[in-house]
Amino acid sequence: METDPAPATGPAAPGGPIVEMTHVHLAFGSKVILTDLNLSVAPKERLVIMGQSGGGKSTTLRLILGILRPNSGSVKFNGEEVTRMNRPRLNRMRQRIGMVYQYSALISSLSVRDNLALPLEELTEKSKEEIDAIVNEKLGMVGMEDTRDYMPSELSGGMRKRIGLARALVLNPELILFDEPSAGLDPVVSSVIDELIISLTDKTNSTSIIVTHEMDSAFRIATRMAMLYKGKIIEEDRPDRFRHSDDPVVSQFVEGRTDGPIDTQTTPLS
Amino acid sequence: MTLLDRIPPVKHALQHLSSVVWLLVETIQETTEHMVVRGRPPFRLSIFFQQTDRAGVGSLPLVSLVSFFLGLTMALLTGYQLRTFGTENLVPGLVAIGFTRELGPLLTGIMLASRIGAAYTAELGTMTVAEEVEAIEAMGIGPLRFLVSPRVLAVVLLMPCLVVVANLAALAGGMLVSRWQLNISPSYFFQLVHESVQNRDIIAGMVKSLLFGLIISLVSCYKGLTVTGGAAGVGDATTSSVVTAITVVIGFDTLANIVLVALYD
Repeated sequence: METDPAPATGPAAPGGPIVEMTHVHLAFGSKVILTDLNLSVAPKERLVIMGQSGGGKSTTLRLILGILRPNSGSVKFNGEEVTRMNRPRLNRMRQRIGMVYQYSALISSLSVRDNLALPLEELTEKSKEEIDAIVNEKLGMVGMEDTRDYMPSELSGGMRKRIGLARALVLNPELILFDEPSAGLDPVVSSVIDELIISLTDKTNSTSIIVTHEMDSAFRIATRMAMLYKGKIIEEDRPDRFRHSDDPVVSQFVEGRTDGPIDTQTTPLS
Repeated sequence: MTLLDRIPPVKHALQHLSSVVWLLVETIQETTEHMVVRGRPPFRLSIFFQQTDRAGVGSLPLVSLVSFFLGLTMALLTGYQLRTFGTENLVPGLVAIGFTRELGPLLTGIMLASRIGAAYTAELGTMTVAEEVEAIEAMGIGPLRFLVSPRVLAVVLLMPCLVVVANLAALAGGMLVSRWQLNISPSYFFQLVHESVQNRDIIAGMVKSLLFGLIISLVSCYKGLTVTGGAAGVGDATTSSVVTAITVVIGFDTLANIVLVALYD
């Protein structure tokens, strides 16, 4: 077994980025997904990554979690190289990151309570009473106290999304990753989820990276925005500046125009 | 172009075989790491018992009923032939040896592959498609330890038990035919069984059952965890899981028989 020199649970380097991706290249066979991707995320910011469907946004989140490994380049979480971590260190690092999936990814065979309790039961030494208290607290944070004994199949898409968010919060992560948090929701529920993301990340002092291509949500949530196009970040800026970007790709994407440099006929990167 | 590139089916089969072996190695490693690093049980006992209930208790009616009928048919057909030579008292031995050494593990393996293998693949496949497996991994909980270990261990441990039940059910079927068709009393039937079956037959059957349990559980979990393509992908993987598991079980059974015959000779 590989030695485990430094814990993957130490505090963030003061002032340093919580996530740093440098010259990341990832391809599946001949299909290039990311090429020379550079991204840095400061503590407590809410970075929204925008881009076309299939453009590598969700893949970027999976690289941060260490679920995928890049062909080349560096991915650092709190200064530690994710690409070189062995499994125990990766698992410890993942406990400091919460992930909210596009379709919630709640374990369908477990009740809402058991879904939230799962990481606590598997990864901590907490008693049943402590776990129940945390589950109740997190369900309360997302306004879902009454769903404790429901099965995921009995919940609506918006409710499942909230439970997914509550599950991501149970281990008090420093970083929360959101994969298309508003996808498939009506505009009202979508706004509720956006406000939850803002209030919860503020309340918990956590950093968040949100992947979306829904402009209203993106501008509502973001403290900083980045545009992923053809496998790399082509622009990063504050939302107010981003809205009036001079970059033709960014402005076409933000305005949702069909005419412009973005190729609407082919896959984002071939 | 290598020699294997010229024969794509063989190349794919070898790739899958190496992936299944790799799944076993990774599962053992992940489970051991959890026990050593965290000093905790390898997995939730409740999940393990749930799986033993599904694989073992749930399979009992099917395994015992099919084995009973096959034992009965075997005794009927062999008795019909042997009676013409006046050697019908060989029937109990034939049924007993045939089942303890060969048919018990093989038929139980085929039934378990169809019943539990398909269920495991469909279940894990659906979880994979719904990103539930990835969510477990993203939380820092090893999905192989959490999902695969209890399933593999349940099937491996339950297979020999089911084979014993299958053998007893087949003997019961054979005993019935012997009593009513061949005029062999139950006590004489079991005396003949006792005289004909040797320890090596029982050991061979048990070793085979453990091996088949490992093959069925690993193939079904592997097929489930590698599903792509949504609902249709789950369906395809489930069919492929059953076909692959049954084919590999029969293949290993043949191989085991060749080895055992060589050893006993």
